[in-house]
Amino acid sequence: MNDRSGKPSHPPVKDWATDFDHRDPAWIENPFPIWDGLRGRCPVAHSERFQDGAYFPSRYAEVREIAYDSEHFSSRRVIVRENKVPLTPSPPITSDPPEHTPARKLLLPAFAPQAIARLEPRARALCRELLDAIGDAKTCDAAVDYAQHIPVRLIAHMLGVPEQDGDLFRRWIHLVLEVGISDESVIMPTLQEMAAYFAAEIKKRGAHRGDDLISFLLDAKMEGQPLSGPHLQGTLRLLLIAGIDTTWSGIGASLWHLATHAEDRRRLVANPSLMPTAIEEFLRAYAPVTMAREVVKETTVGGCPFKPGGQVLLSFPAANRDPAKFAQADQVLIDRAENPHAAFGLGRHRCIGSNLARLEMTVAIEEWLARFPEFRLAEGEKVTWSEGTVRGPRRLPVALN
Amino acid sequence: MSDAKILKVRVESALCQGHNRCCSIAPELFEADDLGNARVKGDGHVAPGLEAKARLAVANCPEHAVRLTHE
Repeated sequence: MNDRSGKPSHPPVKDWATDFDHRDPAWIENPFPIWDGLRGRCPVAHSERFQDGAYFPSRYAEVREIAYDSEHFSSRRVIVRENKVPLTPSPPITSDPPEHTPARKLLLPAFAPQAIARLEPRARALCRELLDAIGDAKTCDAAVDYAQHIPVRLIAHMLGVPEQDGDLFRRWIHLVLEVGISDESVIMPTLQEMAAYFAAEIKKRGAHRGDDLISFLLDAKMEGQPLSGPHLQGTLRLLLIAGIDTTWSGIGASLWHLATHAEDRRRLVANPSLMPTAIEEFLRAYAPVTMAREVVKETTVGGCPFKPGGQVLLSFPAANRDPAKFAQADQVLIDRAENPHAAFGLGRHRCIGSNLARLEMTVAIEEWLARFPEFRLAEGEKVTWSEGTVRGPRRLPVALN
Repeated sequence: MSDAKILKVRVESALCQGHNRCCSIAPELFEADDLGNARVKGDGHVAPGLEAKARLAVANCPEHAVRLTHE
């Protein structure tokens, strides 16, 4: 996994309770049995593979408690990394109270349900364009040819940057969120490249604003003042990074489920009114996003001591699989009626793009099934999953009928 | 059961984080404000026939912000 930097790859994990590593091939391929095993015997696992040690709570109760506790757990580091890098604020995701509240409030109206609903025609049109391009092919890669393009194009549309720059955005995300977990040397150059890109976009807007999020943020006031340069750059970086591989993973994992569970696929095709509960269930069972916190004050959670400086792998996906919270937690039930999942986090940092992500997932699956009601994994081809903070299929070869 | 009493829903605004689950499940009872946080429509009175949706809205709130009361 670390070929790029030339460092040796990580030794295989022998004991998940004392030496966990979310970059281990077993975790990447199928983390659920690992989490199920830990909940029973060691609900807060630990690992020295990450600077100052990392904690991994696998039960819903502890994940919830930590998500609500900004006094002991800071959001200033939202990615567990092998080596801590200098702080790079991206408000509001990396903000703690009291700075968090105004930085978030500023963005909320742009992502409220009524604002996001207006994007539905654009989302539907771009899904259909992608499906048209697949045409009557016998096989395709549902991640590469379809899922990955949808959030890129929609967030580019919202920010007012060229949709064709998607390859560039995906490369930045891969470097920051995957490669950068083990090889910190890639992070700063990538952030500088992003800053230069946004500086050029800001310059383009000069005195002439458009109807886009960059223009909105250029004119925005927070507590009466325009945003500082670093705040503006940090927020733009967040909006670009947070909305792409996350939703791409959510769409991809949903399609993977439907490719591997013909009975659910046929049921959904026959009964589209199941779509809302199906989407929530895919979000619960295949929640893409794992966050992080940094311990800033010594405390105890779930009977385990947390030492200052330690990193916390805050796994909403693991919380969503906890049988103490969800009946038949290991089963994917597309008609699950009671499903208060934590895929978008819990507490003040609830994913600001959750309405957008739901819209994209719903439209993407509806349009795909309308075109390809029958599909399955392509024989002899391998599905690959991403490494690190965001989990989803990166190659998903499917046979289309 | 207290069927004789009036059933009402309420959103604890201090707890709501804008997951929007209640608004999706029971748009007859909840709506989003300009920030995307939930509020009840009208006085929160649950009309006959909407009791099941009201209970689902309570059960699906990840923040435990939606409450059902009998008055």
